[in-house]
Amino acid sequence: MTTYAVKNLTHGRELIAFRIGEQEFCVNIMSVREIRGWTPATSMPHAPPYVLGVINLRGAVLPIVDLSLRLGMKPAEPTVRHVIIVAQVGPKVVGLLVDAVSDILTVTNENIQPTPDIANEAEKAYARGILAIEGRMICLIELDSLFPHTESEAA
Amino acid sequence: MKKKVLTVDDSRTIRNMLLVTLNNAGFETIQAEDGVEGLEVLENANPDVIVTDINMPRLDGFGFIEGVRRNEKYRAIPILVLTTESDAEKKNRARQAGATGWIVKPFDPTKLIDAIERVTA
Amino acid sequence: MDMNEIKEIFFQECEEQLAELESGLLKLNDGDRDPETVNAVFRAVHSIKGGAGAFGLDDLVSFAHVFETTLDCVRSNKLEPTQDVLKVMLKSADVLADLTNAARDGGSVDEARSRTLIRELEALAHGEAPAAAEAPAPKPAAAAPKAAAPAPVVEKPPVNDEGFQPIPFSFGDFDEEPADRYVPTCQVVFKPKKDLYAKGNEAVLLLRDVSRLGEMSVYCDMDSLPPLDKMNPEEAYFSWKISVTTDKGEDGVRSVFEFAEWDCDLDIHTIEEDVVGEASDDEELPMQPVPFDLSMLDEGGPSAGGEEEPTAVEGDAAAAVAAAETATKVSQAASRAAENAKAAASAAGAAQANQAAAAGQTIRVDLDRVDRLINLVGELVINQAMLSQSVVENDNNGASSINMGLEELQQLTREIQDSVMAIRAQPVKPVFQRMARTVREIADITGKSVRLITEGENTEVDKTVIDKLAEPLTHMIRNAVDHGLEMPEKREALGKNPEGTVRLTAKHRSGRIVIELADDGAGINREKVRQKAIDNDLIAADANLSDEEIDNLIFHAGFSTADKVSDLSGRGVGMDVVKRSIQALGGRISISSKPGQGSVFTMSLPLTLAVLDGMVVTVAGQTLVVPLTAIVETLQPEASAIHSFGASQRLISIRNSFCPLVDVGRILNFRTIQANPIEGVALLVESEGGGQRALMVDAIQGQRQVVIKSLEANYTHVPGIAAATILGDGRVALILDVDAVVAASRGQSLKQDISLAATG
Repeated sequence: MTTYAVKNLTHGRELIAFRIGEQEFCVNIMSVREIRGWTPATSMPHAPPYVLGVINLRGAVLPIVDLSLRLGMKPAEPTVRHVIIVAQVGPKVVGLLVDAVSDILTVTNENIQPTPDIANEAEKAYARGILAIEGRMICLIELDSLFPHTESEAA
Repeated sequence: MKKKVLTVDDSRTIRNMLLVTLNNAGFETIQAEDGVEGLEVLENANPDVIVTDINMPRLDGFGFIEGVRRNEKYRAIPILVLTTESDAEKKNRARQAGATGWIVKPFDPTKLIDAIERVTA
Repeated sequence: MDMNEIKEIFFQECEEQLAELESGLLKLNDGDRDPETVNAVFRAVHSIKGGAGAFGLDDLVSFAHVFETTLDCVRSNKLEPTQDVLKVMLKSADVLADLTNAARDGGSVDEARSRTLIRELEALAHGEAPAAAEAPAPKPAAAAPKAAAPAPVVEKPPVNDEGFQPIPFSFGDFDEEPADRYVPTCQVVFKPKKDLYAKGNEAVLLLRDVSRLGEMSVYCDMDSLPPLDKMNPEEAYFSWKISVTTDKGEDGVRSVFEFAEWDCDLDIHTIEEDVVGEASDDEELPMQPVPFDLSMLDEGGPSAGGEEEPTAVEGDAAAAVAAAETATKVSQAASRAAENAKAAASAAGAAQANQAAAAGQTIRVDLDRVDRLINLVGELVINQAMLSQSVVENDNNGASSINMGLEELQQLTREIQDSVMAIRAQPVKPVFQRMARTVREIADITGKSVRLITEGENTEVDKTVIDKLAEPLTHMIRNAVDHGLEMPEKREALGKNPEGTVRLTAKHRSGRIVIELADDGAGINREKVRQKAIDNDLIAADANLSDEEIDNLIFHAGFSTADKVSDLSGRGVGMDVVKRSIQALGGRISISSKPGQGSVFTMSLPLTLAVLDGMVVTVAGQTLVVPLTAIVETLQPEASAIHSFGASQRLISIRNSFCPLVDVGRILNFRTIQANPIEGVALLVESEGGGQRALMVDAIQGQRQVVIKSLEANYTHVPGIAAATILGDGRVALILDVDAVVAASRGQSLKQDISLAATG
């Protein structure tokens, strides 16, 4: 798997870019299942603050994560204009609440610059690099490291 | 016209193997799961040759062969016994019951087809 | 279908055969001496061997062969199936199961164990069989030294049948001239007996096959043919003298007659080249070599030939073949008349037989297909609920036809759902059978003598429940034998049967399956449990607990009553784990124990994990579903019935008894301040081992059957929540885990043992 992904990088790949507040982020399009509008979630007891709750995605129970809060920014106040990026993370499917989807980018490995040293540990953990496109700065997020399969962080 | 083979075996595995082997060799295959069903099927199946197992529930191979031989219509039909039995005594019993020949399991497709060819015109 | 699919079928079949084998052996162990039981056991092993041979699974074949041989001794009454014999056989069944699993999944097998059992099986087959009294039995004699050898080689089953092994070629000079172009000529004298025809062999086919070996000449001897009016169509009158030159040699010729040699006089011998000429002049063997014409065979359909007078064609090989055919056909014609007479009767019989076969027919369906269907029906149920709700909300002018239609739809949906669920229902038998092995193994290790009795094996429950039942059940059985039952000497001293009994029962009760595991051991040592609980700070030293409450302490996390953690039920896995896995199935478990008489564990499980009858309630603005099975009654509390107790506890008096109030909203952190009980509704629930509790909710919306959706699939386990469902408005509602909430109300926090958050 890993080797394949690395090889793929050199041949260019597609990313989905989205906006949270003033910042832009992107994830590999291969992990995105669909994009849908915000619907109120059923809140979960004992959930970490960034888990907004669960929604019904065609019969499956889908947890919704406030990506803003998860990335250490201010909590989102979901409106009908917000969108949910339904993404595959490991064996599970998760809905990521973001402000808006902005772009689909095709990039090659050369377009991706390493994360600058100024980033603190938390950001380094999920940022896989930075893209400079048309004067914009887009941070490439690794979803697997954002939601590790065995997260030990106590809520 | 395709030659018709009736196979009688309680093992699903063996039934499937027989089916694949016989169909590949161009035979038409009818299957029964034990001696009782074999005798039931026989009437309508009108096979050219029968391949039967010995150890089966309800009615074993010996009983089945005897049943076939008692049937005026089918008593001359070649019956091959498919068996893992290695002692001569069982084979002898099968012969006494009226078996035409035998195929020792695990059969390979060639052995099976050869034996069928040997007893059918 | 390809070989891999057949192999998969083979392994499925193995599982069935292994179950059959085990249950048969257990019946024998119980004294069953029905020959059909022995046969079924034999057949199971035989069948596994047969299939394994076809796939070249040599280890499996070797073991099955030895096992089969020993079973055959039982079958032929040479070996008495005593308890000791059956002990070996049951262990062998276990090894056979291991070998099958290893062949399927590539796992490893305890080779030492299988070698030991092979030795024991062989010893049973040879040692106990009255070999000396028997007629010369070459196989046991040959195998005996092997059994005695320190590391016996696994005896492979003979690939060929010994009784019909080709006779070794006996001409010494043949070996000396292998490269020579010399091709031996064989002379065959072949005189069929009438049995040959009766067994479906055909002289003509044998001659055809001989002709395929090489150059053949044949002479038909019809001297014994009587006049036509004296001819018996069933009799064999002809004999043949054949000369065939073939590089297959005498062996090759003999193999043609393999099927026939018992039903004919057959003389085959090789003649040297220079003898051939003499032979043709030999008066005793008047040969008239003619090319063998097989075209007769091709035309030889049932309608061709046959009218020809056999005696008129003396000396012609083709005619000899025709004569052979005639001999057969005469008998066929004779039987044809009878056949016509029977045709009508048999047609009617066959129709009946077909009908009989149609009754109780089954088909095998891929589980994925069933599950897809179940999921779709689940969606249908949700959709139907959503449709009903939106019609009710949007249509107030009483279009009764729509409402009626909707009601019918609801009815139908429910029926479809029930029917689909029934497809997944399976008897608990396979799990119960697996427990027999568990009991044997632990009995072996602990040195206890245990008898497992199973009842209600055919009780059906959803396959998922069955699959998940094995693990907790295994653990409980180990526990029952290891901790519950006393050692045989001790039992004897107590006046008990030295053999302990473990009874496993399944039955349906009010829409659930109840599984009981009872042992007749020592029962719970309450003093010890109590002390342990105090030592572990589970209870206060002066806590006043009922016997039942003490017994149920064993389900607490980290609780172990054994003085030393035994290797078996120890390993840090306690009854709390069992309880949790039962709860994960939507089930409950409880224990009742009588000192000196044993303990009974009772598990109650839902029949399906797909749907649940629930009460839809509102708690702090959230919609929750409470499983109906947990609710004893609902009540509207009056202010006078609510009593404060201690700092924060409140009790509700119900018919003169006091029951703790549990604020569900607080427990689930949906609100921070206690709700006012008289503004809400109390659900009186029965929880495992904790008596009754009154769960406070804000309002009851109604009762509904809901489709259970996993939270774990995309999220994680949530304390206090059993699962999720989707309601008529399309939103997710959570299903309350009543036992966890009640436990939390007792002061054990709903521990956040997850942290996941969004993915886990």
